[in-house]
Order: sequence, then C-alpha cells, then structure tokens
Amino acid sequence: MADSSSMTATMASGSAQRAGSMKRFAQRKSTMGFLLCLPLILLIACFVVYPAFYAIYLSMLNKKMTAFVGLGNFAFLLKRHTFQLVIFQSCLFAVTSVVLKALLGFILAHLMHNIPDGTNQKIWRGLLLVPWVIPLALSTLTWWWMFDPSYSAFNWVLNQFGFDNVPWLGVGWIARVCTIAVNVWYGTPFFMIMYLAALKSVPEQLYEAAAIDGASTVQKLFFVTLPMMRNIISITVLFSLIVTFADFDIVRILTAGGPQDLTHVFATYAFQVGIQSGDIPLGAADSLFMFPILACAAFFVLRGVTQRTKEIAT
Amino acid sequence: MSATTADHARTKAKTRKNSLHKQRLWALWGSYAALSVFVVIFLVPPFYTLMTSLKSSAEISAQTGSPWMVNHPSLDNFWYLITYPNFQTYYINSVLVTIVTVAVSMVISVLAAFSLARMGFWGSQTLSTGVFLTYLVPPSLLFIPLFQIVGMLGLINNLWCLILLYPTLAVPFCTWIMIGYFSSIPKELDEAALIDGASYMQILTKIFIPVAMPGIIAATIFAFTVSWGAFLYPLAYLYTSNQMVLTVGIISDLIRGDVFQWGKIMAACLLASLPPIVIYAFLMDYYVAGLTAGATKG
Repeated sequence: MADSSSMTATMASGSAQRAGSMKRFAQRKSTMGFLLCLPLILLIACFVVYPAFYAIYLSMLNKKMTAFVGLGNFAFLLKRHTFQLVIFQSCLFAVTSVVLKALLGFILAHLMHNIPDGTNQKIWRGLLLVPWVIPLALSTLTWWWMFDPSYSAFNWVLNQFGFDNVPWLGVGWIARVCTIAVNVWYGTPFFMIMYLAALKSVPEQLYEAAAIDGASTVQKLFFVTLPMMRNIISITVLFSLIVTFADFDIVRILTAGGPQDLTHVFATYAFQVGIQSGDIPLGAADSLFMFPILACAAFFVLRGVTQRTKEIAT
Repeated sequence: MSATTADHARTKAKTRKNSLHKQRLWALWGSYAALSVFVVIFLVPPFYTLMTSLKSSAEISAQTGSPWMVNHPSLDNFWYLITYPNFQTYYINSVLVTIVTVAVSMVISVLAAFSLARMGFWGSQTLSTGVFLTYLVPPSLLFIPLFQIVGMLGLINNLWCLILLYPTLAVPFCTWIMIGYFSSIPKELDEAALIDGASYMQILTKIFIPVAMPGIIAATIFAFTVSWGAFLYPLAYLYTSNQMVLTVGIISDLIRGDVFQWGKIMAACLLASLPPIVIYAFLMDYYVAGLTAGATKG
C-alpha cells in the first residue's frame, strides 16, 4: 500500500519534471527564435519604421527645420500647380504602364505557353527577359540616347520612311508617352514570367472538360484561364502598381522632370525639392503623399496573398 | 455497303485529324512569329548599346549613314574604360558593396526565415506579415528621412551608408521566399534530427540550408540584383567619384556639362550590365522559380 502510493508519487513528480522540462524547452525554443529574428527586427526598426515616423515629423517643419508648421507643407504643395501636375502625371504613368504591362505580359505568356516546353522555351524566355535583367538605370541611359534630339536613332528611322523629326523628350505629352514606353519595355517580362507560371499551374483536365462541353477558345479564356489566374493577376498588378508608382530611375534619367515639370512623378519631384533644392521638409511631405495609395495597394496585395495561401493549404 | 460507310467515316476522321493538326501547326508558327516580333522590339535598346559602344566619337558625331550600324568597329571605348582609374574605382566599389550587402542580407534573412518558419514565438505571425509589408515599401518613399539619418551617422558621401541601407531593400523579400522554402520542408525531418540530439544551428546548417538551396540561390540573386542596380540611394547620398558606384558613376563622370561621350557611356553600360547578364544566364531558372513561388505560395 505504502509502496504503491510512493510509486504514484514518484510517477507524478516525474511527469511534473517532464512537464517542467517541456516548458523550459518551449521557452528556450521561442527565445532562440526571437534571437534569430533580432537582426531582422533591428534592421526594420532602424531603417524602415523609424524613418517612416521621422518622415512624418520632418514633413511638419519649416524649410530651415527650426519651427513647427503642422500641415502647412501639405497645404502648400496641394495649392502649387506643379504639384497638381505631379499627382496627375504619377497616376497617369502608373496606371497606363501597369495596364499595358499586364496586357502585353498576358499575351506573351500565352504565346510562350503555345510553344513546346523545354530548352526551346527556355531560350525564348531568356531572350524576352533581357530588358528586365539589365539594371534599369543603365538601360534607361540607352533609351535616352535613342531619344536624343540631335542624333536620335528613332528619328533616323522615321526620316527613312519620309516622316519629320519628332522632339521625343522635348514636348510634354510625347515625353510622357516616352517615359511610359520605357517602363512598359522594362516591366513586361516580369508579368510574362508570373503569368506563364500561373498558366502552367492550370490543370489540363479543366480545358479538356471545357472542350467536351463545346467551349470555344474565347470561352475557355474567360471561364477557365482567367478565373484560375485571377489571384496571381491581381497580386502581380497591385505589386507592380506600387513599384511603378514609386518609380524614380526612368523619369530622373530620361527627362529629369522636364519639359516644364510635365513629367515629374512623386519620387523625382521629392528628389528635386528635398535633396537638390535643400527643402527637406517639403520633400518629405511630397513623398508622404505616396503613402495612402501605397497602403491601399499593400492591403489588397496582402489579402490576395493570404487568400492564395489558404487556397493552396486546403 | 457497310464497308464503304466505314471507309468514308475513316477518311472523314483522317481529314479532320489532319485539319486539327494543321490548325495546331498554324498556332505554333503564329506564336513563333509573334514572339520573334516581341524579341526584336525588346532587344532594340541592348543592340543599339552594343553598336554605339563600338563606334568612335568621330563616327558618332559625323552622322553619316545609319546610326544602327557600325562602319569602323573598334574596342577603343572599352579599352579606355578598363584603363580609366575612375571607372575602375566605380567597379570595385560596386563589387564591394554588392558582396557585403548580399552576405549580410542572406545571413539576416536565413536566420529570420528559419525562426519564422519553425519556431513560433510571441508575435512571430505579426512579424512575418510585417516583413512582407516592408517588402512593399519602395526606396523612394523614405529616402529623405534616411538622408537626414545618414547625415546624423556621418555617412553622407561614404560607401558604407549603402551597405547599411541596401539590406533594407533586399532582406524582406529574401526572408519571404526563404520562409516559403523552409515551410515546405517536412517537419519529420527536423523532429528526427532533434531526437538524435542535434542543436538548432545544426538543424539549420545540416538540413535546412542544403535542402532549401534553390531558394537560397534565388534569394541571393535577388539581393545581388537590388544592390547592383540601385540608383536612388547612391545618387542622393554620394557625390565624390572615389565613393561612387557604377550606376551613378557612369552618369556623373562621362556626362560633363553638355558633352556626352555616348560611345564611352554605352560601353560602360555594357560592362556594368555584364555581371547581372552572366548570372542570369546561368541561374535564371532558380530565380524564376523563387519569384513565382514567392507570389504563388505566399
């Protein structure tokens, strides 16, 4: 009797000990996990989160950064005609480029999907990815050279066909179209590989089933391909919208905002005002105007990604 | 009678099969034709870069004949750049910044991804979401407050500010794809290792890193691309030629006032694009797989 009670006691203490060690184990695991994440947390805290709040603080100072002016910089910017043009041009640039990139990328992905898989496809894909592989700042230099007013290579081609010279970067609307064209050239390959991966993940049986039901090619596109690709299309478009909206390289190198500030986007205008003219608060305020739009897009991207993860998990 | 109908049906089926085959063939050749048009359009700028880089300044300014062709190809521009001390400095700076950035980014992101994929701790879920959100923050949003911060650290016009800032651009996405790759490793593998008495570091170096090698290659290429091609930060924070990297060095050095040495600029662009092109030529598959997995797996 006494024996058995002592035995249960030792058993209980043993299981308690095991529970304790398990707890310690879990604790150690989570501490370890936290320590491994620490460099990442520090990096993000110091160079992303802190600057973000600092930007809000900076944007509320006067030019010499001596007095607090509240929302004065934002109001000043909104009233300025140049800045209204910046808002218009940024939206035009981002929306037009992304729509064109998505359309061309979709067409290219289909064309690639038509040709047989394997080395053949890889070579074509490699050739089509070249614009995206060259660093953007460097390829934009080439575009600038091709648009050059005096020795333009494009104008030479136009002249051969009997057309007049076009002042590519010298006139507002043409310059706007040129910046958009360069962005489309650069970004289309990205859409192509994303959509190609999505196309390949659509099960062949769905097309067979649709074919048996007598679906035409267009119907297959609208009722099989597009619904299956919906999520990737939206994630890619939103992601590209963020990147394009915040683009700096193309406009800075191609036109530096000119002619008459007609091609400035938020990033280049912030650079001109904040770094070149030295009005840091105004520049910070200018960049912060991007934030609401980026936050909206980020929200939808995140929702799309989590939805996608759930779909794959189930 | 029945034989003829069967025959008839067979020939009909045969022609139909043929026409289907023909249709497929037409679609195939049509795709090839359309793709060729796209390839030609896409390759116009690189082709023009190459053509210009082979021309002498005299030939460029003479403006005779087609600008798309070279009459007297020469490698003078390339030779000039290779022996030009400033260009050498830019190249060395770019290589240095890129190597350090890639190394730092990969260490940070592999450690963090391992922890976020396997060891849940308080707030780890929020942190993964936060990492993804950071990936969506473009460099042009924060470069002005960062200018002030870099100034406070005394790193304006110092190469090291790039090494400090580039990881913020590379780490979030690298962590994100590494989380995806690490999560796909079966849990039984590390449980077995734990039972055998392996420490976490051993599990990471002996199991996770070798198994997730394709993901690591993809993340490394991403970090490389970001730090090799970044333009805004060096343009904003560096101003003397001994500290500059390639992207800004080419522009500020070879364009003096109104004098554009286009032959040299284009040759410099080619030389500077060479490392990414070589890397992509060999490792494109890994990168594409990593990118699409990042978007599809989440």
